[in-house]
Amino acid sequence: MNKRDFLKGAILFFPAGGLLALARDGARAAAPGPAREAEKAAAPEAPKPSGKRYNPADHYYGMGIEVEKCIGCSRCVEACKAENDVPAEPYFFRTWIERYTVRADGEVAVQSPNQRTRHVETTDDRDVIRTFFVPKLCNHCAQPPCVQVCPVGATFSTEDGVVLVDGERCIGCRYCIQACPYGARYLDPRTRTAGKCTFCYHRVVRGLKPACVEVCPTEARVFGDLRSKASRLVRFRRMNKLNVLKPALNTEPKVYYAQLDGEVR
Amino acid sequence: MRMPEQVQRLAIVIGVIAAVVLVGRFVLMPPTLVARELHRSSTEQREAAKPVKFAGSSACQDCHDNVVEKKAKGYHKGLACEGCHGPAVKHTEDPSAVTPAAPRDRKFCPVCHAYDAARPTGFPQINPTAHNPLTPCIGCHDAHDPVPPRTPKACAACHAQIERTKAISTHALLACTTCHTVPEAHKKSPRTVRPSKPQTREFCGTCHAKDAGAKEAAAKGTTATDAAAKRAKTARQAPRVDLSTHGETFQCWQCHYPHLPEGRS
Repeated sequence: MNKRDFLKGAILFFPAGGLLALARDGARAAAPGPAREAEKAAAPEAPKPSGKRYNPADHYYGMGIEVEKCIGCSRCVEACKAENDVPAEPYFFRTWIERYTVRADGEVAVQSPNQRTRHVETTDDRDVIRTFFVPKLCNHCAQPPCVQVCPVGATFSTEDGVVLVDGERCIGCRYCIQACPYGARYLDPRTRTAGKCTFCYHRVVRGLKPACVEVCPTEARVFGDLRSKASRLVRFRRMNKLNVLKPALNTEPKVYYAQLDGEVR
Repeated sequence: MRMPEQVQRLAIVIGVIAAVVLVGRFVLMPPTLVARELHRSSTEQREAAKPVKFAGSSACQDCHDNVVEKKAKGYHKGLACEGCHGPAVKHTEDPSAVTPAAPRDRKFCPVCHAYDAARPTGFPQINPTAHNPLTPCIGCHDAHDPVPPRTPKACAACHAQIERTKAISTHALLACTTCHTVPEAHKKSPRTVRPSKPQTREFCGTCHAKDAGAKEAAAKGTTATDAAAKRAKTARQAPRVDLSTHGETFQCWQCHYPHLPEGRS
């Protein structure tokens, strides 16, 4: 092939590729395949009951937790597992309940029901000054360390303030699991990718509450939109003295704790 | 200055290539292909398309409005239906095919109501081994409108031991006045004016005889009052004996302590 032929071919080749791509797009739009259906099923495409389309820019989600109200029943843990298809074993959790026990000698015991969902009742309450439950979950930090360390950019903050993992990009390197100061991530043994709380993103975009908030019998969890003036969370933030976990790390968590004890880490 | 011919040709070729690249980049390529947020938005869509399993309490209201109304007045008003009945979105789609679970055994309620030092003060808690063992919780308590056993202050002030005993017995929900008629003067001179006590076996028999409750059940159809209906319901669950053979000529309270009747059939 001489130079003239090559250049002629090139001039034809590039626009032809573009045209082919256009033709393919047109065909896909005309014939709805299964992929197209799945896209349509996605909630942002589907109009909400109010008739408005979901616009992530209008929302910024957070959660409030009233520690005094938590009874440690772990209904939230079970609901989370059911809703989000979290493997029942080997004991990974997107949300979990910790029991703190502060004894007279200053010793603080933190119990997390590692091998099961629920706490077993304790009978040993000698020398206990105070004891309480603390629900934990991903804090959906505004400055998330897990996002910083991800080498492939698989985890990111959405516009509406939720930290998500792209399961198709994640390479399962566990950097984020190490980086999370709250221990909120795990490696899903089935997909070998990082798993974490999504604030039940699929429910939230449909206007529902996250599963844990939905089932909490004492309303210890409050979910809401920080951008909406009428949301319960905004009221919760106004009416309570709030704290976040590990504020010194400057992760700016969006899970706010009311009546949080100083011993909680 | 005259440009050499080979430079002119090269300039044309470069110009064509540049034009092709620019057209390809800004006209032919769909904007989603170059968007930096492409994988993010596709992740968001994937998350949003996940199936919802908890329908939310408002979904139950449409059909089960009587239960929802009843629950809204009781102590369980803050509880989501699916907190106890489990995820029910399939039931909302096809109510007759899928029925949500209704927990009836004793293991379910103590998950929240068993004594645990870490539970907040004031939350109603019981000791499952001492509190009416083997009796299903729903035998005494209506889960949609649980009523704590209440002994009036006027009685409990002096009879606190009976109050505590009765509170954990099968008779917990019976009012003091079910068995005792208390003259008003008893409060002023408790030793001289005594409240009445049941005198006959037939009195216990109104609930525990073989044919007990039949009268109330019959009355229910005609002049049904709430009290009568409730009485008939409680009596239905009471253990039955044949008064003519059971315990020979002894009185009931010679073997059974009415404030903590331990005998079970």
